[in-house]
Amino acid sequence: MTEQEKPESVEARAAKVQGVGCARKRVEDARFTQGKGNYVDDVKLPGMLFGDFVRSPYGHARVKSIDVSQALAHPGVKAVLTAKDLEPLSLHWMPTLAGDKQMVLADGKVLFQNQEVAFVVAEDRYAAADAVDLVMVEYEELPVVVDPFEAEKDGAPILREDIAENLDGAHGKRRHPNHIFTWTEGDAEKTHAAIEAAEVVAEELIHYPRTHPCPLETCGCVASMDKVNEHLTLYGTFQAPHVVRTVAALLSGIPEHKIRVISPDIGGGFGNKVGVYPGYICSIVASIVLGVPVKWIEDRMENLSTTAFARDYWMKGRIAATKDGRITALDAHVTADHGAFDACADPTKFPAGFFHICTGSYDIPVAHVQVDGVYTNKAPGGVAYRCSFRVTEAAYLIERMIDVLASKLGMDPVELRLKNFIRKEQFPYTSALGWEYDSGDYETAMRQAMEKVDYAALRREQAERLEAFKAGETRSLMGVGVSFFTEIVGAGPVKNCDILGIGMFDSCEIRVHPTGAAIARLGTISQGQGHATTFAQILATETGIPADRITVEEGDTDTAPYGLGTYGSRSTPVAGAATALAGRKIRAKAQMIAAYLLEVHDGDVQFEVDRFVVKGAPERFKTMSEIAFAAYNTPIPGIEPGLEAVSYYDPPNMTYPFGAYVCVLDIDVDTGVADIRRFYALDDCGTRINPMVIEGQVHGGLTEALAIAMGQEIKYDEGGNVIGASLMDFFLPTFWETPTWETDHTVTPSPHHPIGAKGVGESPNVGGVPAFSNAVIDAFRPFGVTHSQMPHDHWRVWSIAEGLGLHG
Amino acid sequence: MAKTHVKMSVNGRAVEALAEPRMLLIHFLREELGLTGPHIGCETGHCGACTVDLDGRSVKSCNMFVAQADGASLTTIEGIRGEGGAMHVLQEMFREHHGLQCGYCTPGMITRAFRLLQENPSPTEEEVRFGMAGNLCRCTGYQNIVKAVMAAAASMQASQEAAE
Repeated sequence: MTEQEKPESVEARAAKVQGVGCARKRVEDARFTQGKGNYVDDVKLPGMLFGDFVRSPYGHARVKSIDVSQALAHPGVKAVLTAKDLEPLSLHWMPTLAGDKQMVLADGKVLFQNQEVAFVVAEDRYAAADAVDLVMVEYEELPVVVDPFEAEKDGAPILREDIAENLDGAHGKRRHPNHIFTWTEGDAEKTHAAIEAAEVVAEELIHYPRTHPCPLETCGCVASMDKVNEHLTLYGTFQAPHVVRTVAALLSGIPEHKIRVISPDIGGGFGNKVGVYPGYICSIVASIVLGVPVKWIEDRMENLSTTAFARDYWMKGRIAATKDGRITALDAHVTADHGAFDACADPTKFPAGFFHICTGSYDIPVAHVQVDGVYTNKAPGGVAYRCSFRVTEAAYLIERMIDVLASKLGMDPVELRLKNFIRKEQFPYTSALGWEYDSGDYETAMRQAMEKVDYAALRREQAERLEAFKAGETRSLMGVGVSFFTEIVGAGPVKNCDILGIGMFDSCEIRVHPTGAAIARLGTISQGQGHATTFAQILATETGIPADRITVEEGDTDTAPYGLGTYGSRSTPVAGAATALAGRKIRAKAQMIAAYLLEVHDGDVQFEVDRFVVKGAPERFKTMSEIAFAAYNTPIPGIEPGLEAVSYYDPPNMTYPFGAYVCVLDIDVDTGVADIRRFYALDDCGTRINPMVIEGQVHGGLTEALAIAMGQEIKYDEGGNVIGASLMDFFLPTFWETPTWETDHTVTPSPHHPIGAKGVGESPNVGGVPAFSNAVIDAFRPFGVTHSQMPHDHWRVWSIAEGLGLHG
Repeated sequence: MAKTHVKMSVNGRAVEALAEPRMLLIHFLREELGLTGPHIGCETGHCGACTVDLDGRSVKSCNMFVAQADGASLTTIEGIRGEGGAMHVLQEMFREHHGLQCGYCTPGMITRAFRLLQENPSPTEEEVRFGMAGNLCRCTGYQNIVKAVMAAAASMQASQEAAE
């Protein structure tokens, strides 16, 4: 029938298919804009109860007694769980992703403020909250350690009594009961020798403060145990639903095929929803015990103070160079504050994640890093807040150190970067710390950025402003901050990347229906990235089925193939590759079917947008719809009926997105207010699947970078009290503070990814933070300032000016 | 706890119920009426995910008791519709300009924008930014939301002029 229709141009057909490169509007938006999303707190099951936690008011204390009798007597209360109730099930502690273990409920002591002590289950949220206040806990306060540099000193209180005698840690010998691990990479001897011999050495202690991903939706779950069928269904805010299923099976003893984990719509994740939290365990246990569904949803204060902080790295950097600015060595020593339990979410073999990407975009001959993890009386976590594992810390270190070195050399920071870039012809490039960078063209990107912002003009304006300031004509200083970051994302190759022993592959399964529409299921889970839109575009290009006729489904472990989830910008590099390859399997079978239908050899037909065409006879073709129908109704010798494919993709390497960012701001030295006048972001994420979605990701990531650099901090006082764990104090930029972002790009496809894509969601966070810092510090550079710790809030910026005597 | 009798109009429908006087309006809407469009993001009035329209004002329904809404006329995201039940122009423009990602803040955003455009049918960008600053978004960086609201304002103005 199609052959009789008026032929459509290739371009017209390609536009209908909406494949890779198309700014396709999102299919998710109809439900979200009309209030028809389905988030975990929207799940309502018959007989469902609510759980709520009794939490520790102390940062470190012994729990002497817990009296639940009054709480149990409160109307509507069904159960109160304490560690004693969980102990017979061996669930009073749980393993962490980092090889440590964590208390589910306080077992004899508490180690951080707001730690989970008891779990109250009641008929509604209000009754549960009432009963939380009726649980009587007697504490004996213990001395607190909040400073990671104090943790290993003589006389420091021992935090983890459970492992005080066991100094064999998950990552080698521990040298102190409060020490977790020492991890090193690179050649210490050569690096230290190069620094000794160097003409110039710059040194700085750089703090990346403790912050929090703070997605707008907090963490939560609904556990529903069907006792008759011995089947557990767990709905939750999980960035890695399959991993949660495996962990739930291992911990609960329920066979894995009898557990179904569902991640419904997720209201932002940014790393916060990777880990397994006590609330999940307690809800499951309560549902098993009570035989009814149990919901647990944390409130904002619980979110900010207990589930998954990020960063908290104290980084001592030393960078060596020749007098004319050729970098000769980099040495970094990190004191990593992990809080009370090592619950970092990193691939097993990398206790400091991929921090050793810290040589950045530069050809540095020798380098060495050492990371020491320590316990303190703070909440556990250490997740990658919109970045690949510890990559944002690494990028911050190198991008700050380059500026510090530029100051010391009296060189322009852009000139110093250009002088030391890994050159285009050096790719694939093996860094001094062992990574193989797949591709890049840094100089082109940097020069494009400098041209677009007219860097020279900005520097002239800055110099004029400084003169005016010195002459008393203005109270404002101008700062220009540049960062050039290289990320490492897409974990990762199964040979060295795993979570709890499971390789970090990912997957896609496609079923093409008889009418030529299709459903694809992936092992990842969108939290706003728009996978249902963009993965359909990859498939549209690969199979010729229009994106509008492809449903993409994620997050149900009963239907989706096993995958490791969405974080660390891994969806496009790993699951996106699996999607392309599954699409190619469909196309390969479709080619055989088309050839049979057209009565030619397989090699005599070629794929063209949405059909297979006989070579040299373009009027003879079969569309994908016709082929799909034939797959279900035409017996073809040697070919099974149906049109389905599954692909599990083990990436051969990581991908290495990069970019050049420029921040221009004006600082009022009398108030410390930094007015961000301009922010330009050039990103190279390889092949661009959906430019609209990419730009949206960049806008959002830059806004998070603004928040981190200029105001966010999860702070503790000396008594171990968490300060500012609410939106009153924790800085989330509003419409008002957020500038308008300028985006730009270059395209350097990844040579090993099936469609050349690299991932983009996290680049703006990784590259944005140092650009803001460099701009703030650059404003004070003429006065000899080389560094100032984040966040650059008004008080801190004012303090720089005050310290310099600029207030007269 | 003794329950109190509340009556209100929600999305044009008369609602009558018994509720604990301390129950928050957002919990009443979501759990008693099954209107799960408005979301809970902070319970302290900062994020605006729970924004609903009450007697012609934008209110944060996590900061009100249901008892305080007795006798009120409420509109939630579920009640914001275009002509003939189609998507409202704001909803269309949020989609057109990629003004949302995870979607969690979106119902509150659109509900706030709905009222803003009645207060000020042709706002400047600055007025949109100021008028919506009580609603937080963690995904979009606001830029495309501003575009969406401005585009919706232009479109609504154009339709009004065409009608006149």
